[in-house]
Amino acid sequence: MTETGVQQAVTRAHREEWARVVAALAKRFGDLDVAEEAAAEAFATAVERWPADGVPPNPGAWLTTTAHRKAIDRIRRENKRDEKHREAQMSYEYDEDPSEPSGPIGDERLRLIFTCCHPALATEARVALTLRMLGGLTVAEIARAFLVQESAIGQRITRAKAKIKTARIPYRVPLAEDLPARVSGVLTVLFLVFNEGYLATGPDTDPVRHELTAEAIRLARLMRALMPADGEVAGLLALMLLTEARRTARVSSSGELVALGEQDRGSWDTALIAEGHQLVRERLASGVAPGRYQILAAINAVHTSARDVRDTDWSQILALYDQLVRLDPSPIVALNRAIAIAELDGPQAALATLDRLEEKLAGYHAFHAARADLLRRIGLSRESRTAYDKAIELAGNTAEVASLTRRREQLG
Amino acid sequence: MQYLVSVINDNANLATPEEDAAIDVFNDRLQAEGYWVFAGGLGAPGTATVIDSRGGEAMFTDGPFVETKEYIVGFWIIEAPDLDVALKLAAEGSKACNRKVEVRPFL
Repeated sequence: MTETGVQQAVTRAHREEWARVVAALAKRFGDLDVAEEAAAEAFATAVERWPADGVPPNPGAWLTTTAHRKAIDRIRRENKRDEKHREAQMSYEYDEDPSEPSGPIGDERLRLIFTCCHPALATEARVALTLRMLGGLTVAEIARAFLVQESAIGQRITRAKAKIKTARIPYRVPLAEDLPARVSGVLTVLFLVFNEGYLATGPDTDPVRHELTAEAIRLARLMRALMPADGEVAGLLALMLLTEARRTARVSSSGELVALGEQDRGSWDTALIAEGHQLVRERLASGVAPGRYQILAAINAVHTSARDVRDTDWSQILALYDQLVRLDPSPIVALNRAIAIAELDGPQAALATLDRLEEKLAGYHAFHAARADLLRRIGLSRESRTAYDKAIELAGNTAEVASLTRRREQLG
Repeated sequence: MQYLVSVINDNANLATPEEDAAIDVFNDRLQAEGYWVFAGGLGAPGTATVIDSRGGEAMFTDGPFVETKEYIVGFWIIEAPDLDVALKLAAEGSKACNRKVEVRPFL
């Protein structure tokens, strides 16, 4: 095999096998630290040995066996150093629970996801831990993606691992009665990763960070494979796919954010849209009342079904927002609903709705941007300009500021 | 595995009779289901005395070691297989005593 061929095999194995190797080791040794380090060592060994020895016929099994040996080596080394430590380590081994279900729900990666996204951990710790343990991103990569110091991410992960071990956060799939709330906690983490990739919060950053959106989608696909019957998992995956499909159309060649209504729909990714629509149809056919992500996915399915923005079925979108408001009465949902009202009943009606949200959303740039747009449409240029000023002041993303500034300049 | 469940008070109110009754029901459940190790209520921080014998002779200081708005008024020590079980019990305990609680593992 050529050198690039081996390199590609290592990269592919890393993408496909990392989470499985970490999860298998975490289960065997009951220690995320040991699992993470041994998995990293096994991949480093692969990089060293595969070019000379050739890629093994079953890379996953080779990596798991190698990582297993590395973990035992490490524990032996530590035993010699500290006998008492060994006892602690061994007593924390998990017993095989015969009542645990087999099949996808028994997949060790699923336990790993639930442990990394445990509600007793801080949200930013959950995000970092999930990207490291499941996604296989290095601490440096996570730090770069979130524009945080590497040492801060390292500390977050170390602290989280220490809490998992000391407070004994269990390594298992939650009980059926707790599952909906816990799945929702996992989905929140994945959605956070996706959103940070889709609209980076910092200034002077790329408007879209594909490595984060891609990682979030990959993890959502994994969740979907592990929990195929869960409607919200399917909903979140569909929502991500339908949003990601518009990624290239979302930023202009001059680095400006392009609003949905002005995007070149011909450059949308039709394969991702088809996959997203398929998931939405599947959920509709199930007849089960949809949760938040499924409704958001359905809204995006309506948008992506219109070949031209003028063909958008706004009454359908408003009906979906009405449904969403009942589940999630947050002012941000109400703001998006108002935008649909503007398309159906005109900007004046939408402005009346926005006025009622002002108190809660005065610090949110999108509120002022939406207001500015509505004021412009009814010819109130001066008021519109003031609203754009406010939106520009509050917006964090450079590409978004550029787009708002251009709109402001276009006012007569 | 044992956990300390501290009850946090953010006002000077004593437990009401309803709260006391709910705590009794919760305690009975802990005992019946084998989670119970120990529990107790504590006097107000003003009743505390700090002792420091590191200098050889014991030094006594009136009052708690740190003045805070929120302080511990009681605690449970429970035996639970893992944090998920401990958190569930703590959630019920919080409801019973009508106060915030904090869960910490014993080493």
